[in-house]
Amino acid sequence: MSEGSASGVPHLPGMEVRPVERNVYEVQIGPSHPGSGHMRIIVELDGDVMVRVDPDIGFVHRTMEKLAEGRDWIKNIPLFERMAILDACNITLPYVEAVEKLLDIEPPERAKYLRALLCEINRIASHLYGIGIFAVFLGHSTIYMWAFGDREVFVQLAEDLTGARLTHSYPVFGGVRRDIPDDFPQNARKAVRYMRYRLDEYAKIYLNNPNIRKRLEDVGVISKTKAAELGIVGPNARASGIKYDVRLVEPYEAYPELDFEIPVFEEGDSLARAWQRVEEIKQSLNIIEQAVDWLEKHPREGFMHDKFWKTAPKLYKDVYEGNIPYAGKYRVKLMPLFATLKVPPGKAAARVEAGRGEIFYYVESDGKDVPYRVRVVTPSFRNVIAFKYVMPGHRLMDLPTIYGSFDYFPPEWDR
Amino acid sequence: MGGGVREVPATAEELQKSLLEALKDYKPQVEPVKGYIDIVVPVEHLVEAAVKLKELGFDHVISVGAVDYIAKKQFKVMYHVTSYLNEDLSKFMVSLSTYISRDNPHCPSLTRVWLSAELQERETYEMFGITFDGHPDLRLLLLTPVVAALKPLRKDFVVKEESDNIETDYEAFESSKWW
Amino acid sequence: MAQAKQEQEGKAYIGNLEVAAQLAKESLIKGTIAKAVDWATAFSLWPVHLMTSCCGCEIGAAWGPRFDNERYGSLPWVGPRQTNLIIIEGTVTKKMACTVRITWEQMPFPKFVIAMGACALDGGIFYNSYNIVRPWQVVPVDIYIPGCPPRPEAVARSIVELQKIIRNRGVASKWLIEGVRKDLKYVLPKEDLCGWRGEGGASYS
Repeated sequence: MSEGSASGVPHLPGMEVRPVERNVYEVQIGPSHPGSGHMRIIVELDGDVMVRVDPDIGFVHRTMEKLAEGRDWIKNIPLFERMAILDACNITLPYVEAVEKLLDIEPPERAKYLRALLCEINRIASHLYGIGIFAVFLGHSTIYMWAFGDREVFVQLAEDLTGARLTHSYPVFGGVRRDIPDDFPQNARKAVRYMRYRLDEYAKIYLNNPNIRKRLEDVGVISKTKAAELGIVGPNARASGIKYDVRLVEPYEAYPELDFEIPVFEEGDSLARAWQRVEEIKQSLNIIEQAVDWLEKHPREGFMHDKFWKTAPKLYKDVYEGNIPYAGKYRVKLMPLFATLKVPPGKAAARVEAGRGEIFYYVESDGKDVPYRVRVVTPSFRNVIAFKYVMPGHRLMDLPTIYGSFDYFPPEWDR
Repeated sequence: MGGGVREVPATAEELQKSLLEALKDYKPQVEPVKGYIDIVVPVEHLVEAAVKLKELGFDHVISVGAVDYIAKKQFKVMYHVTSYLNEDLSKFMVSLSTYISRDNPHCPSLTRVWLSAELQERETYEMFGITFDGHPDLRLLLLTPVVAALKPLRKDFVVKEESDNIETDYEAFESSKWW
Repeated sequence: MAQAKQEQEGKAYIGNLEVAAQLAKESLIKGTIAKAVDWATAFSLWPVHLMTSCCGCEIGAAWGPRFDNERYGSLPWVGPRQTNLIIIEGTVTKKMACTVRITWEQMPFPKFVIAMGACALDGGIFYNSYNIVRPWQVVPVDIYIPGCPPRPEAVARSIVELQKIIRNRGVASKWLIEGVRKDLKYVLPKEDLCGWRGEGGASYS
């Protein structure tokens, strides 16, 4: 079999001849493919078995780190949200926390519970999106429809709270943007009851389905030491036996006072990763119930730090009390002080557990009204290395199984 | 587990003291930061300090980043690490940093020590133009070759904002030089 | 009377056969067949599965159970050879522009393009980024949807507007019968979009 040797091979214009080591066949699973997202995977196949996998990413690289250096501090919050638009509160929360460390203020307690509430709503919506997309890669389009339908329940809750379906821009420096409306607690409890019932249905037709189990069991196994060496994050690491969750090791916002568990699976295969997300949704439902109970019982003050609320004009306070007819109660606009905020010089870092794993921000300021450097490492970016080291040795049809179970999201890993 | 981290460090200050003690051969210095511990070593001792940190239990890299200090003509390369398997250390983030010169930026690659740094070093290479010596597979990750030649994240590559009171340059969109 | 009736049953008055055939052809082609082609195209606008950027979440929701878009006849389908709509959702980067152009060229005519989101209009929130292009330079666009991201109801409205354009202006039938082709004057040539890939084609650069 010809190995690409130069003699005897015609050289046409535009053709490149490369020698290969063995008889492999190169397949490019490109961006416009039903089984891939916005990325290209270059696979070298020996028969049906993958020998070498090379992820070619960067199709959605929108250069957010560079653009952040030219925009004001508050304008970067909507910019960074577009990384993982489903998970908007979790993605911008470490940026807000890092800048609050530089400003040396701490948000009041009600703001912390409001942030934790929206974080959990976003986590459930993000997990349901991941479950739906994974199922449609496997061919199970019923769960795609169910997951997107159930996700609408939580997206509607987020819309009642913040006013936007996906791009909330809810955590701001010093607190949050708005307070909860009056009928929010009963809607939230209805949603939680509904989702608990639905998760049993999911287990019946999807996770315990013998076809799905045969495709997912023992595929893409990552052992505990390998996962720690590669630096895999989020539910993928917890499904391999590593008990690590930023809400547990370095608690932030209201999590020290909330009561929840971290589910951990030992097997490390794709089925464990699918079960991991369903179990995490159950824990998030518990947290939403506790947060809503606390918010209902405690008086409505302190959704924003006094340093900023003092500078708000009287009209904002009237709207908040409900004295202006036809203006929604508790809905205030953005504080005017943010437009000319100058952050004292320094360096800070913060991390938060997003839906897909641990997200990390490094923020550096030199006293101006724009940041000097923002470095952001998203969880999906840290999972890309698993393509290169976990996939070889499996068959080609296991490729969508493995990377679907990682809950990939290319706009997040390209930033 | 060797080194100076024998007792369980309860606070960041204790961990900082024991790390300075464990790395004392490599002339470490500490910079004041918020939310993590920053240890700066000279670039000759970077690999040895990394091996020492890995022995102490820090087993994976969170982030490989660089900052361009154009006024001082230096790059600062930072490796933020933490631990998965050692529960006492996993609540802390430690950054191992070094300063390299801006005119011929070379930095030893830490991929042999921490495998999780492989793709992030490729990204730092294409954004800043820093060559990592010893990296097994140093090529472009996110950008096309045309854009990577601009070395985008350096401070001398300026991206103009609307608030800089400039007219939007529509001719640039029409011509293919925009590419 | 009975004889005249007998003569009428079982007989047809044809007259001049060529003239009748000519009249029938004109009225059918310009009338009924044209309307039928437009109607069929409007109710089978199948978008190809090419997710460009973050508005893809709202596309997933728009074809989901709450904002069902399949009732307009549009089904997201996998291959470019069997689809006739491409929805550019969100930002198009320089690497992705080559892919969008190749996918668009593979689709059979008559084909349509919807540009969705603020990033597809003029860059959106990334207007000054060095790594993005404007979609109207890559493919010729028919409908623009503003929003960041647009609500799924807006996406449904855009499918309805595209249907109205096809049926009122007879886009599909004019392409078929009179040979009207699309105007490509703002679109960049393919060498500019894909030239960075080099000789080998793969990105082993």
